[in-house]
Amino acid sequence: MSLAKREALSHLDWLEAEAIHVLREVAGQCSNPVLLFSGGKDSICLLRLAEKAFRPARFPFPLLHVDTGHNYPEVVAFRDRRAAELGERLVVRSVEDSIRAGKVVLSHPLEPRNRHQSVTLLDAIAEFGFDACIGGARRDEEKARAKERIFSFRDEFGQWDPKHQRPELWSLYNARIHKGENIRAFPISNWTELDVWQYVAREGLELPSIYFAHRRPVVRRGAALMPVTELTPPRAGEVVEELSVRFRTVGDITCTAPVESTAATVEAIVAETAVTTVTERGATRLDDQTSDASMEQRKKEGYF
Amino acid sequence: MSLPAERLEAPPDRGLLRFTTCGSVDDGKSTLIGRLLLDTKSILADTLHAIERTSRRRGLEAVDLSLLTDGLEAEREQGITIDVAHRYFSTGTRKYVIADAPGHEQYTRNMVTAASTADLAILLVDARKGVLTQTRRHSYIAHLVGVPHLVIAVNKMDLVDWSAAVFERILADYRAFAEKLGIRDVRFLPLSALRGDMVVERGAHLDWYRGPTLLELLEEAPAAHAAADVPFRFPVQWVCRPHTDAHHDFRGLAGRVESGTIAVGDSVRVLPSGLVTQVKELRLGDVALREASSAQSVMIRLADEIDVGRGDLLVKAGEGPEPTRAVDAMVCWLSERPLSRSRRYVVRHTTRETKAQVAEIAWRVDLAALEQVPADGLALNDIGRVSLRLAQPIAADRYADNRATGAFIVVDEATNDTVGAGMIL
Repeated sequence: MSLAKREALSHLDWLEAEAIHVLREVAGQCSNPVLLFSGGKDSICLLRLAEKAFRPARFPFPLLHVDTGHNYPEVVAFRDRRAAELGERLVVRSVEDSIRAGKVVLSHPLEPRNRHQSVTLLDAIAEFGFDACIGGARRDEEKARAKERIFSFRDEFGQWDPKHQRPELWSLYNARIHKGENIRAFPISNWTELDVWQYVAREGLELPSIYFAHRRPVVRRGAALMPVTELTPPRAGEVVEELSVRFRTVGDITCTAPVESTAATVEAIVAETAVTTVTERGATRLDDQTSDASMEQRKKEGYF
Repeated sequence: MSLPAERLEAPPDRGLLRFTTCGSVDDGKSTLIGRLLLDTKSILADTLHAIERTSRRRGLEAVDLSLLTDGLEAEREQGITIDVAHRYFSTGTRKYVIADAPGHEQYTRNMVTAASTADLAILLVDARKGVLTQTRRHSYIAHLVGVPHLVIAVNKMDLVDWSAAVFERILADYRAFAEKLGIRDVRFLPLSALRGDMVVERGAHLDWYRGPTLLELLEEAPAAHAAADVPFRFPVQWVCRPHTDAHHDFRGLAGRVESGTIAVGDSVRVLPSGLVTQVKELRLGDVALREASSAQSVMIRLADEIDVGRGDLLVKAGEGPEPTRAVDAMVCWLSERPLSRSRRYVVRHTTRETKAQVAEIAWRVDLAALEQVPADGLALNDIGRVSLRLAQPIAADRYADNRATGAFIVVDEATNDTVGAGMIL
């Protein structure tokens, strides 16, 4: 065999091609998939990838947002605008409704709602009969995710069983399920936070403004900065400061902390991300810090 | 803060390399991965603090780098790694995806899984123990699964006084055995994952070794998809028919170029139908391409309205395998329920799915002796030669010639589980 080589694809081109392949496998194998779109940077990348996978046709799936009711208004507005620009159908189901229906019981009114999204998501899956949910989760985000498949099987209760996952070989994905079961598909599994930002830069993707440095009243709580909002008032004795911050992830207001930063452009964020010393969730997700296993626990309960 | 644009372009992008590491718990595999991540500055401060805390709680003196790869609750409780984990690091010039397969009894299943997507495998040998049965087993599997590059990392050199003679002896032993298996692309290097010598830094103890460090080897290794002389293969995943006024007659075949290259104007043949036509247009998103090559996901428009759908394979006219309903393959069994002639299976090959029956189980491999032994079935972690009859024809290459079109998975029709991995002979 001759060893003539040509230039390899750049790492972003390779990751993009893999993600498009995964999206098309979902379209080819599943009869009623849905793409989870939150208005966050990872799912914004998914939408660009879906355009490259399926245009000029419409996406072979609607978009679904499981709304915690604890979102920054900028993100919700962005979500609606982006879906409209793409001309794709957006379904919103809210944790608020699950609370009103008595399916979610809060232990206190301002409890973080990330965990409760599972209930609303499983109800939406049942309501629409979705057989697959496409999500923007990445393996580098968290230890339990590092072991998850690209096509991840969930039983009829939406549960992930880490000890009985389907082996995943080559790029031969197995999306076969029985009625009531579900596949979660993760096209950007192999991307890191830096890859996402580099892709955002390369593709010129628009993001909600809170990803970029802005001035915001915050309090220091432990190692984190907590934004001061109606949902997250300062506690007794805490000093409110106005700092230049940006969000690395966008989630439930009550448990998503910004980082101090002056990076106001995508390029500046790429540069900051390349030299950061703290992981994305370590810096910003207070709910993952309760225990080493909290993400794993949530996923077993049906979380994406 | 703003940055000049060239900072984002440079240094040159050497693309992405996927590799796997093989070895048992005692070989220091997890420590090696931890060392690579640590010395390429890929471990962030909060993660490092977390494993420092855990190491102290367990009464360890030094930081246990292997803690970086134990992800799940059950794994931490039991102190073993259960499943393939993926790790990522980047050197600025290249991005790496590590598939880390655990080393306990389910090893074969996990190693085959991790190796199936690897461009390179690092096989750890304990310098004190030399080439063991296990080393041979791992080499056999890496070779069977067609991992293009094999690196034999002789670890724990610190425990044999950094001895060149020990290294040379292991190298000679290994070469004798590798030749018999037909393993060609193999590199050797001495290192100490614990101390870090020859992993990322050269260290101070191995002056007699003149070759590259492990990281230098990784930076140089060509990615599998960069091979230029492999025939064009394009399994159709999905057909794009917008049915809109603007794109009334648009019909695009969506898929990934699994090997080779294709250009506008090339004549292509559709398998299994055998129909021939030309490529009218190639596109990636809204960008028209003149040519597309291996690993690119694109959309192909054909010159003629012929019947093509998901599961079909495009090849260049005059090339390509004859579709067949009978395949002989090496099959690795992945399920606790053994391979049985009476069970109903589905085979997924590229984007095509077909029902399958076992015609014959010729033999299985005794993985300790690396010999063929008679077999009635295949149990979990067995590898054997199996003949299958298929309900529909598939256009398959020999796995040795093409990993993408020579591989299949076996799915149990009753449970829908992935139960076997096949490599066509």
